Amino acid sequence: MGDKTGVVKIALVSCGSEYSGVQPEFEAAAEKVNAKFVYPEIDVAGLDSIGKEFGLEVASGDLLLMMARAKAVVEGTTQVDGVFITTCFRCAEGAIVRNEVRRYIHRYSDLPVISYSFTERTTSGTLLTRLEALTTVARRRHLLARETQTGLTAGIDSGSTTTKAVVMKDNEIIGSGWVPTTKVLESAEEAYSLALKEAGVSRDEIQALGTTGYGRFLVGEHFNARLIQEEITVNSKGAVYLADIQKGPATVIDIGGMDNKAISVDDGIPGMFTMGGICAGASGRFFEMISKRLGVDITELGALAVKGMQEKVTMNSYCIVFGIQSLVNSLAKGALPEDVAAAACYSVVEQIFEQQLQEVDVKEPLILVGGSSLIEGVPKALGDLLKIDVLVPKNSHMIGAVGAALLASGYVEE
Amino acid sequence: MAKVFIYPVNSLILADLVERFGHKPLAVMNQVREKVTKISLDSPPINITPEDPKIGLRYAAVEVPPGVRGRMALIGPLIEDAEAAIIVSDPPTNFGCVGCNRTNELMKYLVRSKDIPILELRYPEAEEYAQEFVYKIVAFLESLPREEE
Repeated sequence: MGDKTGVVKIALVSCGSEYSGVQPEFEAAAEKVNAKFVYPEIDVAGLDSIGKEFGLEVASGDLLLMMARAKAVVEGTTQVDGVFITTCFRCAEGAIVRNEVRRYIHRYSDLPVISYSFTERTTSGTLLTRLEALTTVARRRHLLARETQTGLTAGIDSGSTTTKAVVMKDNEIIGSGWVPTTKVLESAEEAYSLALKEAGVSRDEIQALGTTGYGRFLVGEHFNARLIQEEITVNSKGAVYLADIQKGPATVIDIGGMDNKAISVDDGIPGMFTMGGICAGASGRFFEMISKRLGVDITELGALAVKGMQEKVTMNSYCIVFGIQSLVNSLAKGALPEDVAAAACYSVVEQIFEQQLQEVDVKEPLILVGGSSLIEGVPKALGDLLKIDVLVPKNSHMIGAVGAALLASGYVEE
Repeated sequence: MAKVFIYPVNSLILADLVERFGHKPLAVMNQVREKVTKISLDSPPINITPEDPKIGLRYAAVEVPPGVRGRMALIGPLIEDAEAAIIVSDPPTNFGCVGCNRTNELMKYLVRSKDIPILELRYPEAEEYAQEFVYKIVAFLESLPREEE
């Protein structure tokens, strides 16, 4: 994929990012992953009829342009490797078109697509992980096709809240380590050492190491990793591997320590994905704060939540501060801790449903991963909300490390 | 010579008509030209910088999307300068289009709020109305003060 120079061509389907002061950030993020944005060519005369043709008659010319560009991509008049669809945050008309254009491209092509709403404060750093995932899907499909771990490999997931490491041998996890992230490298050393110790192998014996997570570059360089990869593709692979659903469609929801991701997967390869959370209110950090306030260990929060009824407590975790205020008010009114714990779980999954799952098409099975999946109340609340069974695979919190070890085994010489 | 704001704000035909009758068209092309030639910032393709949506706060509140405020950073000063305006409603895309309908609504409102002569007319749907369309614009332009700068 990509042209002869390895540059991945991404169609920019946007309603005016060039007017919003964010274009340099877009360009900078693309350059970092050796990609470039292209603007699919369209016939201007066709803009006046594209709304009717597409079935969505909107008033803004640039939204009609988005539809025309999407059509050019689908029909192949412009050859690209992936699509980045973006509109202004807070524009209703833009959000409607963005969503429908995303669905249209996904339905009529197999190109990887990202959908994103920007503000003038969007930075290249925010976009980097998303574009890295998009280009990986375009560039490294062969790597992502790997379904079995071979040899002796390791994976380190340097997350925002915890660092996880696993050692795998011949498709089995033989050692793992899970520590809070304090100093990125020290935490990675600690988690890796724990995993190696449990596995009973030395560092020199590891044939290939993969890193992922926020600290992936620093940790990857330090340990001379063969694979340094963002968490969207790694976690997709890890999720379908652990859940043993490597073929066909699936949806992966990863609730991490600081953000969350929803990924629509087909044969283990991400198609559409979103990443975000307006606030840490939809992440593990919110659960930590809730546990602290309720005076229970975070490992006990899930069991407590399963006993409670979320309907008894009103909680809105859109903002972590207001979420905690709801909690304090509820407790002050005499709410039971189990009901508060259940409400916290429901609030987090409700936010993921409203923010993330509107951006990807939920296809069963739904695989829930990330540290928060271990809080039993979370899969229960998600299942209740979506009215489907939620699958939490064994070692779901190790998802990134397992995915990295699995993909790194692609570098082990036969 | 009057400074005439045109809508669509990037209509080459309107800008040309205004100029032919001795007035100064206030068109967004000039603003963009100034942006790409005067500011030595690498901010492709039209050099709108992260500062522009902030300048746009003069015309629209912070909850208004940045695409509207960025466009208003270009168009707002033209409206402030305007001594007359021509607004053509329902034009086809190739007659001129700023791309964002929220911006269209806001700029037309701001123009209408000014105490200046304004000609509002519909884009002619058939050729028979095209002549009348041009006559009306010409008559309006001829009614504007022509004194030299």
